[in-house]
Amino acid sequence: MAMPRAKGVAALLAFVLAVTACSSGSTPSPSSGSSGAAASGAGASGAGGSGSPAASGSGGASGGTAISASGELNVMGFDCTKGDDIALNRIKEFKSKFPDVTLKCTEGGLNDQQFLTAVRSGSPPDLIYMDRGKIGTFASQGAIQPMDDCVSKAGIDMSNFRDAAVKQVTFDSKVYGIPEFFNVVVLVINNKVLKEAGVSPDDVDTSKWDALKAANLKLLKKSGNKITRLGFDPKLPEFLPLWAKINGVDLISADGKTSNLDDPKVAEALTFARDLIQAHGKAADFFAARDSLSADFFGAGNPIAKDVLGAFPIEQFFLNVMADTSPNVDITVKAPKTKDGQDISYATGLTWAVPEGAKNKDAACAMAATMTSKDTWVAASKARADKRKADKKPYTGTFTGNKAADAEIFGTLVDLSAMPQFDAAVKATVAVSDKAFAMPAVAGGADFEKAWRDAVNKVLNEGADPAQALKDADATAQQALDAGGG
Amino acid sequence: MTAATAPAPGRLTRLSQDLRRSETRWAFLFLLPWIVGFVIFTAGPMIASLVLSFTNLSLRKNFDFIGTANYERLINDQRVGLALGNTAYFTILHVPLSMAFALLLALMLLRVGRSAGFFRTVFYLPTITPAVAVGALWLLLLNGQAGLINQALGLFGINGPNWTTDPTWIKPGLVLMSLWALGSTVVIYFAALRNVPLELYEAARVDGASSWQQFRNITLPMISGALFFTLIVNTIASLQVFDQVYTMYFGQPNATAGDRAALFYVVHLFNEAFVSFRMGYASALAWLLFIIIMVITFIQIRLSKRWVYYEND
Repeated sequence: MAMPRAKGVAALLAFVLAVTACSSGSTPSPSSGSSGAAASGAGASGAGGSGSPAASGSGGASGGTAISASGELNVMGFDCTKGDDIALNRIKEFKSKFPDVTLKCTEGGLNDQQFLTAVRSGSPPDLIYMDRGKIGTFASQGAIQPMDDCVSKAGIDMSNFRDAAVKQVTFDSKVYGIPEFFNVVVLVINNKVLKEAGVSPDDVDTSKWDALKAANLKLLKKSGNKITRLGFDPKLPEFLPLWAKINGVDLISADGKTSNLDDPKVAEALTFARDLIQAHGKAADFFAARDSLSADFFGAGNPIAKDVLGAFPIEQFFLNVMADTSPNVDITVKAPKTKDGQDISYATGLTWAVPEGAKNKDAACAMAATMTSKDTWVAASKARADKRKADKKPYTGTFTGNKAADAEIFGTLVDLSAMPQFDAAVKATVAVSDKAFAMPAVAGGADFEKAWRDAVNKVLNEGADPAQALKDADATAQQALDAGGG
Repeated sequence: MTAATAPAPGRLTRLSQDLRRSETRWAFLFLLPWIVGFVIFTAGPMIASLVLSFTNLSLRKNFDFIGTANYERLINDQRVGLALGNTAYFTILHVPLSMAFALLLALMLLRVGRSAGFFRTVFYLPTITPAVAVGALWLLLLNGQAGLINQALGLFGINGPNWTTDPTWIKPGLVLMSLWALGSTVVIYFAALRNVPLELYEAARVDGASSWQQFRNITLPMISGALFFTLIVNTIASLQVFDQVYTMYFGQPNATAGDRAALFYVVHLFNEAFVSFRMGYASALAWLLFIIIMVITFIQIRLSKRWVYYEND
């Protein structure tokens, strides 16, 4: 009698194990949170109706139509609890304006795979925080939706944002994102190294290629085969679009439909930038030296502080790094110039976007509008400026992408009078911000970028002829643009 | 008519008789969790990916069946050829070297007596170190200018290459890194070596066999089963190498030399699936790899009859 019972128990156990094996990880957990959120959402409406000014607070972009929001807001790509002070203070601002919105954020940056799978499976977040460069790819895949309704509902004035940023979030004549942050490329020049090498900062000028070539040769230093100091680092492959623009051509047509990679001016720009690298020796030696000399890029041992780099183009965030970790560096910062002498820069940044199928679009719109509004930026920047002052550290400003916010931040909050070089650097950066260009939002943008990066890598590492490599890449890139990334 | 189907009932009858036996039923019942898991999490996705390989699924809303277009695209995709070449290069270098070094370490373990347990743990530690940490660590070790490897080579007057930035040296550098984590193979060889009967060596010594002759004619044949197993497992693992390579050369957006020189097959597959989101094409890539692995494994099994010794042969 005992045996069959034991077998019965074992059979039951096996069955439970089988069922567990089937279900583990495959069944979505019941969203207790969402029911809670629904309840909170209901309460929120009540609160809103009770006259709380915050419950229907203005999106605040430009004092347009008010937007009301409540309920649960799922955000992906923006860490609401572990970000820096600028992020956390803006979240605080949003929460104070929309107390009836329950904010739920994923940790860490946006994971494309996680996001697109969520969209595909019908459970997308309500709002994502993403790289502006991917707007075209996501929009063409139907993963995000136009935000024109949000723009008009929340009274967001897109002309408040920098042109290059707006261009990056506009796809097929529709606005797909509310931009924030504006990283522009500037030339950072190490005066100490230049003096030692007998080079004038005027010679580090991207419009005078012969002078720059000669300066590079004087600035670089070698000990036997070992490179001990980089001269001028052109930052390839990532800044090829900038070098092409300096030479008067865009990698892609303004409408995003035609690849210009086979334009002889692109090949000429790539050849020049490659030669700056090869003046140091083989590209492999240059990159190995760059890796080792820049090992502490974000710390006090950054290559400018260590005097192991003459000059390079770099996003303006590096000014913050130096002001924070090595404020005594002797630098000149200026805008890159086109060959005909015009200031130019290359911009990148982030954006808020609403996924296709988002359930709480009003709250998503409210958050995007609030986070990017002038008032929010200024409040968060003021908090940072005060904190930096208390810590006896300089505040070099926040490049928000919102022109009005930038004007107030750099006009009233940034005071670098005690650090004249950083003061001049920040002023030069602000001045070039309006002259910056960005890659347009295009379908197949990821494949287009892969094609030109591949060409640059072939030229640098495999000795390919620039014109031929770019011609080959152009065919691949055009195919990608025509296929729209499919 | 019935004569043609006559042989089948014999086998079916035997199966039904087996199933009627209580032990067989219980065996299947206890195997059920694994069988269900296998069907749902392995066989199911494999069949699904085979179906997807004939579609243009790309995380867009809808997809269409496109026949063999993905497989035709494989032929024209230059990066497939590049990735296959890189993967074959790595496999051809890594598999024999890893087996030779692991055997050497296992032979050394055999001689250290009581300390074998300690060294076994030491040899196994790299295997359980997270791949991302290993990748980041080796980027520093292999740096052409300041890395420890080249500094060590410098002590012998050797001017080491740029392991991480010179396309010619990237794959040898990766092979070097792969030889650091041989723990599993060492443990398998160590166990196999301990199972070789000592009487065989004693008899050989009496007959005047040298150490090399003993190793060649006793040790190698007696552990050939373990060698064969690791040959198959290491070959498959090499053809699927991904995590450390991805961390080292594809984790940062501005990779230079590694972008092409370290483009291994599974890295390319991953990029197509999860960077470009061409799931249909990535499925076709996965099936090509599956077929390659199947053919190589089949050849290895066929050839094994010539050199693998089993006690009951």
